[in-house]
Amino acid sequence: MAKRVVVTGFGLVSPLGVSVEDVWRRLCAGESGIRRFHEEPLMVFRSQVAGLCDDFVPEKYVSVKDTKKLDRFTLFALASAIDAVRAGGIDFSREDPFRCGVITGCGVGGLGEITRQQDRLRNMGPAKISPYTIPKIMANAAPGHIAIHYGLHGPCYSVATACASANNAMAEAFRAIKLGEADIIITGGTESAVSELGIAGFCAMRALTESEDPPETVSRPFDRLRGGFVIAEGAGILVFEELNHAKKRCAPILGEVLGCGSTCDGCHITQPDADGTYPAAAMGATLRSASLAPDEIDYINLHGTATKLGDTAETNAIKRAFGDHAYKMPMSSTKSQVGHLLGGSGGLEAIFSLLTIRDGLAPPTINLTEPDPDCDLDYVPLKAREIKARRVMSNSFGFGGHNACIAFGKFE
Amino acid sequence: MLSTQEIQDKVIAIIAEQLGVDKESVKRETDIANDLGADSLDFAELMIVFEENFDIDIVEEDAQNITTVGQVIDNIEKQLKSSGK
Repeated sequence: MAKRVVVTGFGLVSPLGVSVEDVWRRLCAGESGIRRFHEEPLMVFRSQVAGLCDDFVPEKYVSVKDTKKLDRFTLFALASAIDAVRAGGIDFSREDPFRCGVITGCGVGGLGEITRQQDRLRNMGPAKISPYTIPKIMANAAPGHIAIHYGLHGPCYSVATACASANNAMAEAFRAIKLGEADIIITGGTESAVSELGIAGFCAMRALTESEDPPETVSRPFDRLRGGFVIAEGAGILVFEELNHAKKRCAPILGEVLGCGSTCDGCHITQPDADGTYPAAAMGATLRSASLAPDEIDYINLHGTATKLGDTAETNAIKRAFGDHAYKMPMSSTKSQVGHLLGGSGGLEAIFSLLTIRDGLAPPTINLTEPDPDCDLDYVPLKAREIKARRVMSNSFGFGGHNACIAFGKFE
Repeated sequence: MLSTQEIQDKVIAIIAEQLGVDKESVKRETDIANDLGADSLDFAELMIVFEENFDIDIVEEDAQNITTVGQVIDNIEKQLKSSGK
């Protein structure tokens, strides 16, 4: 019989906090985690807001020595993994380490550290470059350090598809377990690219909102006045486990991974295809992978970054993939509250999707006060709503034309 | 000009901070790699931190021969003396 994959733990670091239940409560209450990123800006950026993880205290998870050797994105991932593993009640000393792995997504890696060391190189010369530079900045430091922390020897790698990284990583984890290569995979995504270079780079593309309105109101997915995304940092890490393995150790089962699908636009490196043909194909592939009809999906956690083109393209894609059902299904963009975690977003949104199933509660798309006529679906504006949520989908699309979707279901 | 004791105190404080160990466990005869668990990267980073804190350059040949805390202190003291700092 085909193997089934379930989720047995998750942990997060987010602009709304670091505890799953607190973040979920604040999310459903419509709170925002966005603030001005520089109280006294050293440089004037077009965009002045970000979702920053102010509540994160790395020393709660690792030694002071490791806080110097690990970049912030790796610390986010490791801390979230520690919480996820604890929640799942996993004792790796009782597991075959070759049957346990780590596959996480990260779009950029240690961007801030790259520029810090580049400054040292220019100002002080090559002899003053930290020997930690390379092992710190590489995106795969995140899964590497999680594997070191638990002594795991199974599949371990990082996936880089920009903002779709976490969803692609979870698809890899799903397949590794389906194919019998592993019993447990720690997966999800992480990112910390809110550095001066990161902000300046996204600003140069005009991808970030330049609104000077109060920070909590500027991430406005699907709103007529939306003007780009809010850059954010954080991680969402999940434990994927083979069902029988989870049952044998009496693990808490938080949901089932039903299927995954991915496609590529193959036409422009950043601009989405306005028709939504290729993201629609990724949603369709996810439905087929999960053996579901379109009307069996009860809710979508949207990519919904609040860019002009992206939100319209996603709306069109959902209509293509779901037909009439698109108009009957609630969906929301939690980026309206936490901003865009780039490579970490899919991990955090997967956790939100599973909590939507658990509580039958759709978090709202906040700031959606003036709906864009081109975006005419049910985005659960402003207020959370009780919904039937047996099966949900989570969308992530990344620069590079990457479209990656994943479907979760109530475990039955 | 720093006294030997001042150099020693500063070196021990830096090592304790960098490697996350108690100051009490860092003595002149302590072996940085074997006793304190520093790997080759930690060791290379330590040398850069000493250079910055004492405004000196620890040449590669000297660094390669250093194993104990006492050798670090001696090297720094020698350099500070010759440069008159």
